[in-house]
This record gives sequence, C-alpha cells and structure tokens, in this order.
Amino acid sequence: MANNRAGRAPARRLNWNDPDVRSVVYQVVALALVGLIGWFLVSNTLHNLSVRNIASGFGFLERESGFAIGESPITFGPENTYGRAVLVGVLNTLRVAVVGIVLATIIGTIIGIARLSKNWLVNKLATVYVEVVRNVPLLLQLFFWYAIITETLPGPRQALNPIPGVFISNRGVKIPTPTDHFAFDLAGIGFLLGIVLAVLVSRWAKKRQDATGQSFPVYRAGIALILGLPILGWLIGGAPLELNVPKLQGFNHVGGATLTPEFAALLAGLVIYTAGFIAEVVRSGIQAVSHGQTEAAAALGLRRNQILRLVVLPQALRIIIPPMTSQYLNLTKNSSLAVAIGYPDIVSIANTTLNQTGQAIEGILIIMAVYLTISISISIFMNWYNKHIALVER
Amino acid sequence: MKFLMTAAAAAVLVLAAPGAYAGATFDAVKAKGFVQCGVNGSVAGFSAPDSQGVWKGIDVDLCKAIAITMFGDASKLKYTPTTAQQRFTALQSGEVDVLVRNTTQTLTRDASLGLIGAGVNYYDGQGFMVKKSLGVKSAKELNGATVCVQPGTTTELNLADYFRANKMEFRPVVIEKLDEVVGAYAAGRCDVYTTDVSGLAATRATQLGNPDEHVILPEVISKEPLGPMVRQGDDQWLVVVRWALNAMIEAEELGVTSKNVDEMLKSDNPNIKRLLGVTPGMGKHLGVDEKWAYNIIKQVGNYGESFERNVGKESPLKLDRGVNALWTNGGLMYAWPVR
Repeated sequence: MANNRAGRAPARRLNWNDPDVRSVVYQVVALALVGLIGWFLVSNTLHNLSVRNIASGFGFLERESGFAIGESPITFGPENTYGRAVLVGVLNTLRVAVVGIVLATIIGTIIGIARLSKNWLVNKLATVYVEVVRNVPLLLQLFFWYAIITETLPGPRQALNPIPGVFISNRGVKIPTPTDHFAFDLAGIGFLLGIVLAVLVSRWAKKRQDATGQSFPVYRAGIALILGLPILGWLIGGAPLELNVPKLQGFNHVGGATLTPEFAALLAGLVIYTAGFIAEVVRSGIQAVSHGQTEAAAALGLRRNQILRLVVLPQALRIIIPPMTSQYLNLTKNSSLAVAIGYPDIVSIANTTLNQTGQAIEGILIIMAVYLTISISISIFMNWYNKHIALVER
Repeated sequence: MKFLMTAAAAAVLVLAAPGAYAGATFDAVKAKGFVQCGVNGSVAGFSAPDSQGVWKGIDVDLCKAIAITMFGDASKLKYTPTTAQQRFTALQSGEVDVLVRNTTQTLTRDASLGLIGAGVNYYDGQGFMVKKSLGVKSAKELNGATVCVQPGTTTELNLADYFRANKMEFRPVVIEKLDEVVGAYAAGRCDVYTTDVSGLAATRATQLGNPDEHVILPEVISKEPLGPMVRQGDDQWLVVVRWALNAMIEAEELGVTSKNVDEMLKSDNPNIKRLLGVTPGMGKHLGVDEKWAYNIIKQVGNYGESFERNVGKESPLKLDRGVNALWTNGGLMYAWPVR
C-alpha cells in the first residue's frame, strides 16, 4: 500500500528509501492499529453490555448515593450524589498522599543521612530500619499498625487524656479546634503572610550575602515570622480563649477534630514503608558525590553541616530527584491498600459505588483516571523541579 | 487483591468475544459436566467450609440441588467464593453459572445488572449487634454510634436510611473482608456491627470469643429476601435453578424427607408421584432426568432438613424458623406447584 502511494506521488519527494517517509508511514500504521484496537474494545464492551442488559454510562454519578462515609474533608451525607462521594474519595486519597509524601521525605532523608553516620549505633539502627521495613509487605504493616491502634488503646469511655482537651482512644485522637471567631481567621492570614515573608527574607539575605559576604540569621527570623504573625493576628482579634473542646457524649466524644485510626494507620504504614526506600535513595545519592568534593570543601574551611548543606546535598539532589519521583508515585498508588483497613479512599468509595450501581467498568475507569491524573501531575511537577535544579552548564 | 479480581472480571466483559454468550448456560453446563456455583465462603450456616474442608450451608445445599438436577450427582459441583463486591461481576462475566451467595433480591439488581433472581431460599432482615456491656436495649438508642459494616451491600444503604429516618447520627467504619470487619468490632473500634440477622447470629456463634457478651437488638430494619441469581436471557437455566429450590420446599410440604423418600416412591398421593418422577413428565419439561427431585431429596434433603441442619436448632446458629417456616405453618415458604 505504501509502495503504491509512493509510486503515484512525485517520485523525488516520497521515496520508500527515504527514512523520513518510512518513519511517517510506520507511525501512521501504528496509530491506526492502536486506534482500531481501542475502537474494537470500546464497541465490543458496549455491545456485550447491551446484550446482557447491563446499564452503562456515567449517569449514575448524578443519583443519590444513599451510603455514608466515615471521614470526609467536605460535608457528605447519604443524600448527596455518587459524584460527590467520588470527590470525597479523591480528596481523601490526596490528603493521605500529600501528608505522606511530606513526612516520608523528611523521615527518609534523616534516615538516609543516618545510614552514613560515623556513629556505629546510629548507623546500625538506620540499617536495621531500612532492611526491616523494606522487606515486610506493606499490607502486613498496615494491618499491624491498625491492630496496634484498635487493640491496645482503650475505648472512648476510658480514653487517655494526656493534656486537657485531648483524648486518645481506639476511636482516634480527639483534639480541640478553634471556634468560629474572627481572631482565628486573622491568625490564619498571619500564618500564610509569615511563610511568604520568610521566603522573601531568605532571598534578600542570600542576595546580601552574595554582594557583601555578611550572613543573616535566616532560620531564626523565619521561625519568628511564621510563629509571631499568627499570634499577633490572634491578639489583634481580641485574644479569644474559647475552643471547641471534645467531650464524651453517648458512645463517643463530640466536637473538636479527629485523627481517625484508619487514617493514622494508613499514614504510618505508608510513611514508614516509603521512608525506608527514600533513605536508600538519599544514601546512594550522597555517596555518588565524589569524596573529593567533601575534602575540597573542608579545605576551604566549611563546617561539617555546611559541607553537607552547601556542597554535597545540592549535587546529590540532582541524582536523588528522579528515583524520588517514583517513590512518590509508589506511595500515592500504595494508598489504595486503604480499603483493607477501612479508610475511605478513592478505591474504597469507587468500589462501593460500582457495587451499588453494578457498573463495574465505569467504576474502574474512574479509579484509573484518578490515579493517572495524580501520578502524571506528580511526574510533571518533579520533572519541572528536576530541570530547575539541574546543573547549568557553562 | 479483591480489586484485582473485580478488575479481571470486568476485563472479561471488555474482551469477551461478542456472541460467545448466547443464553445457553444450560447447554454449557451440560457440556462441561459440572456447575460452577458462586458462594460467600465465610458465613457459617450459608456457605463455608468446615474444619475438614467440606462445604456446608443452606446456600451450599441449594448449589448441590442444582448440580443434582443437572447430573444426578452432588459432587459435579465447584465453588467460587466471592466477596460482596465481586459477586455480580463474577456472574455477569460468566465466571460462575449461578450465584447462591445470601444475596438480597432488589429491583435495581433485577433490572439493571443483567441478572435475575430465581427465588428466595432465606427470608432475612438487617439487625444490629452490640456488646452487652454498653447497656443498649434498642436500636433507637444508637445515636452517635460508630458502626462497622461491609461495603457494597444493601446493608450499607439500609443503615444510612435507618439513621436518616430516625434523625440520628452515625459514623461508619467500612471494611471489605468479613474477618477484618468483625475483628474491628471485637476490638472495640465500633460500638455496633450490622448485617443480616442470620449473619449476626453466625458471627456471634463462630467468630466472637464469648457469644454471651454480645446481644442482637430487637429491631429488624429491612427486608432481605436472599436467593439465587442467574444471568438474564438464560431462561432454561433459570427454570432449573428455580425448580431445584421449589422441589426442596415442596418436598417439605408433602412430608418427603431424605429418610422416607424411598417409601414415598410407593405413595398414592399424585403430587408426590409427580414430584418424585413416579408419574413421569416433570423431568422431561425441565430437560433433565425424571428422578431429579428424588435425587435432591435423597442426597440433600428437603428445605426443612437443610434449614435445621445448617442454621436451625441442630446448628450452632440456633435460628428459629420464623418467617422461613412453611406457609402452612404461618411462614413465607410457599413452593409453586410441581405439575
């Protein structure tokens, strides 16, 4: 077919021996094949569904769900739609993934550095940690943490009360929350303002140090800003003291905010498991920076932590980022094991939805679309960051 | 894992050749020589393997009756344990021939899943179980409770409906696997465990340390007619499943048991003669052996025997016949006439 076309067309431009022409033809054929297979799968599915009288389409998302969800960042009740239930699932997945990624990075980096410590005890402890958590299946670890929380902690009526207003039981950790007051809004604004100012201060300090060589206590100033401004906002708002304190009523504590056992167990499992892998990524990244760099920095008179912070880590980061990306993706995807311990993530909720409506294919498409979107977003961000910190060749 | 199996079953729907499914389960089952029966696998009294690995239960007995109807032999049967979430996909995709998995018959399931109910082998209702130490006497006192429940069931919907109707709040803890959800209840993660009353009785008798520490509250908040399901458009197979069940109920009504079935062959009662194939015709209509009902009763027993052995007084569950008694005794079990 390609030969015919090449024969009919002006011979000089479209020659089968021209590699460009060949590659275009191959690509068109490959694309057509993929399209054909896709079309076959979709039409075959629709045909099978209609032959078997199975409802199809996404119309069910508008219908009332009729089931309740244990925890949700937005209000949700049985009277809300399946669509909103799926949204709750997505938010719950994002919540555990974002918090998990931040914590796993911090813990993993600390342990990775500890693996290189000259202190025998610290070094060995880190090694044992890495070997144990990497070699026990994650699902088992989740069951372990969930069992620890639900089996060892007392019931709500005998809840531990370490600080006034905080209750720890097998129903989770209950903490007081600020009541709805203008002063707390001001404090929130102050917190955000503090972060922005701290970033600006650190930029200014770096510029000044580059220009004059004078250093500036950036960390102390930053902490003062981030902590000081919210307190200032709270004082300006009239320094209200009333909090929404949880209290025992009926079966459970009412009021305040809850950290549920399901969320806590899932987070602990994911963070501790992934931190083991991140530790190895960090360790190998640091070891990949040639020792000569460290010696040269030492010869310049930099202190040990300065060497790590200014010379070794920035170079190690370039090696660390790509494998780190896949650890972040792993953590996000592993969060789907939540279903085993009852955390209402997207898989759990989409599964319930697909079973209530009987529309399995749509439910699984939703799950795939959600994970694909989250994973690609993480990849895009990490690739951008990787480019951002890449060595600028001169 | 469970998710993978659901996904795999859904993939069958995506990939199956069009037309491979021609509504011919009856012929397909005849050809392969056994019945693939989708069961629960972990509810004692309905379908679960015992300590020797022998499948037992009222659902298992119905599976056997179907296999006997087809082949005259209860061993021509394979079981597929399914979770609440996989079960319909497993039947839709043809992984199992019939689903006998304490499944509630509802309009949505009958009309939108491409499946159809073939009768009722147990009339159930949803209830609540709490620890006796909580001192709760009625489901109306459960405002604010944390409730353990399995996902993807009518149970989850009834629960939300009941609390909404009574203007009460609750917090669900939704765990898929039965052992895990019962474990969470036993550990005190939840105040309440809810499922069908028969399931509560089975859990209390077999899965919780001391059955006396738990009480099933008196309220029954839903109707749960549990029964077998087959695929739509498969009428000859539907008829076999329906009449395997009806034969067991009819036998109890006629007083035919596994012990006296041989003597009953000499009975003058025309109903018994038709049922046992002494007067031929019924088996021919179904497309099976004339001795089909005789074989069911001989090998499995009638409905009453199956009930008492699996969930009734002779079992650890100790459930009353209640609404599952014959209609002649004030219950709902009413076989269509075998004629």
